[in-house]
Amino acid sequence: MARQMTGAKMVVQALKDQGVDVVFGYPGGAVLPIYDEIFQQEGIRHILVRHEQGAAHAAEGYARSTGKPGVVLVTSGPGATNVVTGITDALMDSIPMVVLTGQVPTFMIGSDAFQEADTVGITRPCTKHNWLVKDTDRLAATIHEAFHVATSGRPGPVLIDIPKDVQFASGTYVAPADAPTGHYKPRIEGDAEVIEGLVEAMETAERPVFYTGGGVINSGDRATALLREFAEATGFPVTSTLMGLGAYPASGRAWLGMLGMHGLYEANLAMHGCDLMINVGARFDDRITGRIADFSPNSMKAHIDIDPSSINKVVHTDFPIIGDVAHVLDAALALWKERGSKVNAEGLAKWWKQIDDWRAIRCLDFKTSEKTIKPQHALVRLEELTKTYDRYICTEVGQHQMWAAQYLGFEDPNRWMTSGGLGTMGYGFPASIGVQIAHPDALVINVAGEASWLMNMQEMGTAAQYRLPVKQFILNNERLGMVRQWQELLHGERYSHSWSEALPDFVKLAEAFGAKGILCKDPGDLDDAIMEMLAYDGPVLFDCLVEKHENCFPMIPSGEPHNKMLLGEASTQDAIGSKGAVLV
Amino acid sequence: MAALKIRKGSSKHSAYDLRDPNAEVIETHTLAVVVDNEAGVLARVIGLFSGRGYNIESLTVAEIDQTGHRSRITVVTTGTPQVIEQIKAQLGRMVPVYEVHDLTVDGPSVERELALFKVAGAGDKRIEALRLAEIFRANVVDSTLGSFVFEITGTPEKIEAFAELMRPLGLQEVARTGVAALSRGSADPT
Repeated sequence: MARQMTGAKMVVQALKDQGVDVVFGYPGGAVLPIYDEIFQQEGIRHILVRHEQGAAHAAEGYARSTGKPGVVLVTSGPGATNVVTGITDALMDSIPMVVLTGQVPTFMIGSDAFQEADTVGITRPCTKHNWLVKDTDRLAATIHEAFHVATSGRPGPVLIDIPKDVQFASGTYVAPADAPTGHYKPRIEGDAEVIEGLVEAMETAERPVFYTGGGVINSGDRATALLREFAEATGFPVTSTLMGLGAYPASGRAWLGMLGMHGLYEANLAMHGCDLMINVGARFDDRITGRIADFSPNSMKAHIDIDPSSINKVVHTDFPIIGDVAHVLDAALALWKERGSKVNAEGLAKWWKQIDDWRAIRCLDFKTSEKTIKPQHALVRLEELTKTYDRYICTEVGQHQMWAAQYLGFEDPNRWMTSGGLGTMGYGFPASIGVQIAHPDALVINVAGEASWLMNMQEMGTAAQYRLPVKQFILNNERLGMVRQWQELLHGERYSHSWSEALPDFVKLAEAFGAKGILCKDPGDLDDAIMEMLAYDGPVLFDCLVEKHENCFPMIPSGEPHNKMLLGEASTQDAIGSKGAVLV
Repeated sequence: MAALKIRKGSSKHSAYDLRDPNAEVIETHTLAVVVDNEAGVLARVIGLFSGRGYNIESLTVAEIDQTGHRSRITVVTTGTPQVIEQIKAQLGRMVPVYEVHDLTVDGPSVERELALFKVAGAGDKRIEALRLAEIFRANVVDSTLGSFVFEITGTPEKIEAFAELMRPLGLQEVARTGVAALSRGSADPT
C-alpha cells in the first residue's frame, strides 16, 4: 500500500520493514531530520558511538556475529569520510553493511557547502554499490534495493547518500514487497558437470585437503553443517583461513588448524603436499599462498566461490565452481553419496600418517616463563578459563590477532570477528561493542594489542553509556609487535618507530570512564585476574603486561612457499632435518 | 632469534611478493558492456580499470535504449589472458552491469571508429591531401581556402594509416571517437 511521508520517516520505515533493530550512528547537521524521526519511535534502537569509524566497525561486529546486515547512520562530510575505513574493511571481508549518510541539500551539491564531500565518489571503490538519492519518491525503493545488494551474492557494504532536502520532502513510500527487485541476481547453483568432476577427483585423491574460508560462514548455518558432514564422511583433513575459523570445529578430528603466513606447520605442509585442494569460500589471498609460483605445486585445485571474479584471479583452478557454498556442497555431497561414498582409504591413511608426523613438530610450543607473562600463555589460559562460555572473540590487528587465531579454539561459526583483508588496527574494540549489542548475555572478549586498542579507545564512552560488559583483553608489550618482528627479522633490527611511548595507565583510564581496570604482570596472578575480569558485570580493561620481544611463529616469510616456514625457538631443533626444508 | 641475512634491495624486505607473476603475452580485446544508464556508471567502470591497474586503449559510451535506460560501453583493453578474464569477471559482478561481451573471442565482429582531421596547406600539399582523402573515402565536412576538415570512418588501423599520410601534408588537429563494435550476424537465430 502506497503511503505519503517525509524522506526522513521513510528511512525509519524502510529500516523497520527490512527487519533492522539496531542502528550504529552519530548525528550531525545533514541527518537531523532522520534523527528527529528516530527520537519519535521505539522499534529501532540507536547506538551512539564516539567516532563514526567506531559505528562502521560496530556494525561489522553486529553483522558478523548475527549474519544480518549491520546498519550505520552518519552525517555528511566528515561523518561520511570517517566511515570510509570501516566500509573498506567490510568490503575486503565480505560483511553485509548498509551505510546511510546525510548530504547537503541537492541544490547545494557541488558548491563546496559546509560539511559537503563527494560521498558517493569517495566510496565508489570501497562499496559493493552506492546511490545518491535526489528524489524522495525513489528513496524507499533504493533502500530496499540496497539491502538486497548488501546481502545477496558475495555480501558487502553499500551506501545511500541522502541530501537533507530529500529527507524533508514528502514522497510515496514503497514497501519491500512492492519495490522493483532490480536485475542483480548472482548465480547460486554450481555447474553440475564441474561438481561431478570434483566428486570423481575426491573418490581417488590420495592427499586431499579442504581449504575453507569466510565464504562458508557467509553462506550460513547450512553451509557449515554440510562442510562438517562432508569432512566427517570423507575423512579429509580441513584447514581454514583466518576468516573461516569456526566453520569446522577446532575439536573436530579432521581439523588441522589455521593455514597461511602464521598458520600451523601441519596445515601449510598439507596445503603444499596435497594432490587435491578443495577451496570452499576462500580466495587464495597472498597471506595464504605465499609465493604463487611454488604454491601447492602438485595438486588439482577446486574452487567454490559465489564471486566469479575470485575464480582464477591468482591461482589457476581445475574445477572452478561459481555458486553459493551451501548449494554447491549440498549437490556435491548428494552426488558423492549417490556414487557410493567412495574414498581412497589406503591413500588417506598414509596421508594422515604424514600429517601426524608434521603435527609431532608441535609448532605452537613456546617457552613459558615464571617471570614474565608470555602472550601465548595468556591466550592459553584465556582459552582454558572461557571455552565453556557462550563466547564471542574479537581482535585488533597484529601479533595478538595471530596468536588468538592459533591458541583459541572456535567450535561454531560467527564467533570470531577479526579484520582479515584490510588489517584494520582499531577494529576490535568497536566490533566487540556491536557483538555485545547483538548478544547482550554472551561473553564478548576483544583480544587486543595496546597500540591497536588505542586507535579507537574513545569507544570506552559507548561501552560505558550502554553498560556493555565487553572485556578488553590487552596483550601489552609496549611495542607495535608485528612491525617490531618484521624489523627484527627483515630490517636488521632497526626498530623504527615501533614502540608505544607515553602509554596511559590503563587501569586509571578504565576508571575514568566508569569501567573496571585490571593490571596483570605476574604469570602467577594470571588465572585469578582473568577470573576477576569474567566475574565483573560491566566493561573491563585488562592490561596484561607481556614479554616485550616475543615473536609470532610459525611464519612463512613473504615471497616464500609453504614448505619454507620459520618455526619458533622452542621447536627449531626438532624441525631441522625433517621433511619440508624448514628455514630456521 | 637472529636477524635473517637479506641482501640490500631484495624484495624480501617487502610485505609482498614483488615478482610479477604475469610476465606473459599481452593481448588486445574489445569488450562491450551493457549497463544501467544511471548517474556515475561511467565513473564506476573507469574507476574499476584505474583502481585495479587495467589498461584502457579506447572507450566509448552512449545510451542505446532510452526506455530501458541502458547504455553501451565499448572498451578496448590490453592484458595477459588471465587479466582479460579478470576484467570481464570484475565488470560482470558490478551491480549496474547487465552484460559483458568479449567481441574478440565471441566470434567475428565489426569495429568502427569515426575521426575528424583538420589539415591546413596550400598548393600541391592541399591537392595531395584531397586526393588521399578520396582514396580513403573520407568526406570533406568543412573547407576554407587554406584548410579542410575530413571525416573518416573505419577501423582504428585505417584511421591510423590516414593520420600518418596527413602528417606531412599539414595535419593540425585530430578528434577520434574511439571504437564502437558489434558482433557479426544475427544474435537471435530465429
